[in-house]
Amino acid sequence: MINTKDILETITMIQDEHLDIRTTTMGISLLDCCDSDADRACEKIYEKITRSAENLVKVGCDIENEYGIPIINKRISVTPISMILASTRGGDPIKFAKTLERAASTVGVNFIGGYSALVQKGFAAGDEALIRSIPEALSVTDHVCSSVNIGSTKAGINMDAVRMMGKVVREAAELTADRHCIGAAKLVVFCNAPEDNPFMAGAFHGVGEADRIINVGVSGPGVVRAALEKAGNCNITEIADIIKKTAFKITRMGQLVANEASRRLGVDFGIVDLSLAPTPAVGDSVAHILEEMGLECCGGYGTTAALALLNDAVKKGGVMASSHVGGLSGAFIPVSEDAGMISATKCGCLTLEKLEAMTAVCSVGLDMIVVPGDTSSDIISAMIADEAAIGMVNSKTTAVRVIPAIGKNVGDELEFGGLLGSGPVMNINKYSPAKFIARGGRIPAPLQSLKN
Amino acid sequence: MRAVITVVGKDCVGILAEVSNACARNNVNISEVSQSILQDMFCMIMMADISKCAIPFAEFKAQLESKSEQLGLSIHVMHEDIFNSMHRI
Repeated sequence: MINTKDILETITMIQDEHLDIRTTTMGISLLDCCDSDADRACEKIYEKITRSAENLVKVGCDIENEYGIPIINKRISVTPISMILASTRGGDPIKFAKTLERAASTVGVNFIGGYSALVQKGFAAGDEALIRSIPEALSVTDHVCSSVNIGSTKAGINMDAVRMMGKVVREAAELTADRHCIGAAKLVVFCNAPEDNPFMAGAFHGVGEADRIINVGVSGPGVVRAALEKAGNCNITEIADIIKKTAFKITRMGQLVANEASRRLGVDFGIVDLSLAPTPAVGDSVAHILEEMGLECCGGYGTTAALALLNDAVKKGGVMASSHVGGLSGAFIPVSEDAGMISATKCGCLTLEKLEAMTAVCSVGLDMIVVPGDTSSDIISAMIADEAAIGMVNSKTTAVRVIPAIGKNVGDELEFGGLLGSGPVMNINKYSPAKFIARGGRIPAPLQSLKN
Repeated sequence: MRAVITVVGKDCVGILAEVSNACARNNVNISEVSQSILQDMFCMIMMADISKCAIPFAEFKAQLESKSEQLGLSIHVMHEDIFNSMHRI
């Protein structure tokens, strides 16, 4: 029989320490839905999504019930819509956004990702039209998420796309100003975007993926923090070992759910994403793990080192627990979704500059950061360029999801509700990068890209 | 398929009877039981074979877990694989 201590440990993790499967995401290829007629393409898309994901939510709930492990989100990611748009002549991109929304509502998923374009080296047919339509698409839908990849280690950074995205982010916030600028919270600008990411808002189904696939994202910052708390006064080597062991256990649970979901849905298993994804709930914070390691407050000196240790140990522990690892895999640092980050921002300890440094060692980038409503599109573009440069040079994924709080300033707050949480408006550096951004062109790929 | 039933809480009369009764009523065979009392806290773990359970698993689980409040205990019914996958390589 299984050891009593082990059984109680698992139950405590789920009951008291917020262990959960953050998302079961079905990736669906829409490449076979291309059609020169936009309406017909939309019909095919709706039909394929609703047929493929018909049982996704039910199977998720069944597994949740049987195994006693909460599965918080059931989601869908699809082929970047810009590719489907490329084959239609003069089709209105918004039609596609509305089709995705309708399909998501029919199957009952929380989010659908893939209103996306990949333009790291340049714009192909469909890309510009899709990017320009993003603000409207996000304002007329609730479940659709959008992402644009503007750079990669192999291709460099497309500065024309960077300039465009500053404007798109701002406009997405403006069009949803009456709903806490939620549009910008559903939009991610990537460098080195992974093609099998199960997490929103950046999930899309890459062109190298199978027709349908199941990807699972685990979570569990609360479990890691509790394990460190129990360990008490130990040295950093021991801390790394405790995190590895805990990440192993968390990931095994993700692998089990992924195998079961894949078997029951008859869809191949893709990857487990080894991420520590926080929620605004008390006791489910990545910032609190860093503080448990001995920092007075997240954002102070030592934060980057502590995060680097955490990020690395999570991967080392998780990688043996799963047969295929992918997605973003690492520790997330979304400000509005993490109770510890929110309080560190409010007390002035955590600044945007420190967050930028942290993104060099965490799994993603500047995530869910609320900036003043009068932040210009040039400044947002320059933030995107800085983040993309960190990702490009370090061969890692970086992303920007900033939300200009229209009509608000430092000291105010945006309330998104649910898992997206609430974010205090952060102070930003207002010196103008306008001339740099206006130049356009491409930042050449760095030497690191020449590995052959 | 086997399920792990855990009961944790303040000790009182009839805990074992309540849980094993519910199992018997639904044709669930209890294959192993371990129980201990730590500082007045009752902790019981049962392995139960649910392959011949007379009702759907979700219903059986709901039935047992609904006794939590009545007995003032915390009762969980979970598939054994979750523990196997987490604690065994």
